[in-house]
Amino acid sequence: MKRRTKEAWAAYAFLSPWMIGFVIFMAIPMIASLVLSFTDYDALRSPDAVGWANYRRLLEDPAVRKSLVNTLVYTVMSVPATMAVSLALASLLTRAGHRSAGFFRTVFYLPEITPKVAVGVLFLILFNGQAGLVNAVLGLVGIDGPQWSTDGPWVKPGLVLMHLWSVGSTVVIYLAALRGVPRELYEAAELDGASAWQRFRRITVPMISGALFFTLIVQTIAALQSFDEAYTAFYGSAASATYSNDAALFYLIYLFQQAFEFLHLGYASAMAWLLFVVILLITLVQVRLSRRFVHYEGGDR
Amino acid sequence: MARKLLAGATVVLLLSGCGGVGSGGDTGAAATLTSMGFGLGDEIATTRADLAGKAIAPATVKIGGSAFDAQQFLASVASRTPPDLVYLDRQLLGTYAARGTLEPLTDCIAQQHIDVGQYRPAALKEVTLDGKVYGMPEFYDNRVLLVNDAAVETSGMTPRDVSPADRAKLTTAAQKLTVRTGGGLSRIGFDPKIPEFLPLWAKANGVQMLSDDGRTAHLDDPRLAEALTYTKSLIDAQGGWSAVKAFRDSFDFFGEKNPFKQGQLAATLMDDWYLNVLANYSPDVRVSAAPFTDTAGTPIDWVTGSAWVIPAGSTHKEQACAWIKTMTDAPSWVAAAKARAEKRKAAGKAFTGVYTGNRVADQEIFGSFVQLKDRPAFDTAVQTVLRAQDSAFTMPASPAGSEFKTAWQNAVNRVLSGEQQPADALRQAQQEAQRALDAAAAHR
Repeated sequence: MKRRTKEAWAAYAFLSPWMIGFVIFMAIPMIASLVLSFTDYDALRSPDAVGWANYRRLLEDPAVRKSLVNTLVYTVMSVPATMAVSLALASLLTRAGHRSAGFFRTVFYLPEITPKVAVGVLFLILFNGQAGLVNAVLGLVGIDGPQWSTDGPWVKPGLVLMHLWSVGSTVVIYLAALRGVPRELYEAAELDGASAWQRFRRITVPMISGALFFTLIVQTIAALQSFDEAYTAFYGSAASATYSNDAALFYLIYLFQQAFEFLHLGYASAMAWLLFVVILLITLVQVRLSRRFVHYEGGDR
Repeated sequence: MARKLLAGATVVLLLSGCGGVGSGGDTGAAATLTSMGFGLGDEIATTRADLAGKAIAPATVKIGGSAFDAQQFLASVASRTPPDLVYLDRQLLGTYAARGTLEPLTDCIAQQHIDVGQYRPAALKEVTLDGKVYGMPEFYDNRVLLVNDAAVETSGMTPRDVSPADRAKLTTAAQKLTVRTGGGLSRIGFDPKIPEFLPLWAKANGVQMLSDDGRTAHLDDPRLAEALTYTKSLIDAQGGWSAVKAFRDSFDFFGEKNPFKQGQLAATLMDDWYLNVLANYSPDVRVSAAPFTDTAGTPIDWVTGSAWVIPAGSTHKEQACAWIKTMTDAPSWVAAAKARAEKRKAAGKAFTGVYTGNRVADQEIFGSFVQLKDRPAFDTAVQTVLRAQDSAFTMPASPAGSEFKTAWQNAVNRVLSGEQQPADALRQAQQEAQRALDAAAAHR
């Protein structure tokens, strides 16, 4: 056997666990989900073909519109906030000493391993408008905090702030990117009299634009699939057994309700495919726009 | 067939990460039954579970301890490995029974000689769909008015001033009993408990939200809109939903610093079991109970609770049947009540009883074990709850019970958050609920 063929077989052998997993747990369910989206199916009886009925219902269902808008608004608020806070923290970490940087890196990353369900419960405690810690702190500086968990317009901002609890992985990515920026560029800019803001805007941002773009895509997809915290806080826990707030009805929560509470798995499959298309379109737009802003080493802007 | 297999396999694959509760797959003589939704939290559960365990010995039951999880149940049914026993909210039962996932208990009742007459008719109605009994009722939660006498008296009023019969007077009382400090509330005057208790308010306005056969919603009835408008106005009179809900969320409802003890709540509609919480943690609190009434003063008691069911694919139906018979039988309830009464007595605390779906059990429990002569406030409250049972009503079992409940609760939530007016919200809920009910009926 030729060496090249041997190497190819070795590569396939190493790749096979992932490929088998992908086919069984991703490809087949995706295809089945597409098929089921054209059926009326409750998981307990045989599916009945209903043609495009589920997709037509998507257009008429006010809860689909509401949940989609909620999710998009949350994404628009959450992604820039996450990126900005992560970048600020990473910038601070680059200035820290070697030992303290390790400590703070761990501190920032620890919340990532906190279960999202716990974060949802924490939201209700910390952001309680009457007795929550957040409003207590705001009160110390003379701000009368809002009713984060019950007042519709404040629900999403509250969830965004809570999400900032777990920016650790993004901070680590930015930290690595910031450490890759050549020091000479800053020294040259300083000699030319560039201010800190100019150095950040003209050197740092372009040099880490690849990392920024990567996190933009990943964070956007994650935000569009938001579920755990909002579900725990407003829909799934004993405390929220009866009260929910429409402002927190994210698309995936409504999809989950349709699938597992109401047993409309055909309709939920159609919803899943609509979300897939939305994510695909948004990602394509981001990729298209990225050509103008993302700088790759050795390539054009 | 191939399509069915593909669909089934898909659901199993999709849900494979969610865990299952399949049957033990016993090979020996002693079967191990699996259960879902039940936990051994206290002596009321452990005493009965011990007796039920003896009834099916040498078989045993594996008790998971977590609450009923629709997703987990669905996964286990789709993969044809359902648990042998499921403990769930009676209002959900119709949804699963209508889809053929629950075993009708007709044979079980006959083989185990279960005396159906011992169960309270209202509880039995909740577990009956199309004339077939699908579950055995457990608790019997009554909803009554609980008044914090001390808080009411500090406002220069008497508990009788908090009367649901006179709506205008109730609004005035709620306003007067509400206390604000700084930017927030420090006492809620009267909590009408919506969305949870909307069916109670609806009944008081003459509306049965769901038809007796569980297939027609009556959510767009103007009298229901009026009830919702009134209850919302009660909340508005006390500072608005955001403030009331945020304050309510900060309560230590089940602990020593409960809102009655802390004076954070003057009056509320509540489940009967809360008397037990108060008797355990705040035996000296001055509480009084009154039945909820319509505007003519006629008592109304909305009751519901949980039930034991056997999934259609259960592999140990006989033992499962014997288990649920024992769990809901009068002697088991009496033994459990005795255990709790002794425990409370040893701690120097009062025992306010256990309200069960079993009429015979309740007679024995409240006749022999509930001795509250030295706690007159609790004694009167218990007698009130017992009398309220004469006016009990339930929501009928429905093939789309889950969707129906979600539709009306979401409508109330939209009203509370100021998103919609009551009539509009309930009109939307009517459409959502009726579409779900029609779809469920069409599949039967």
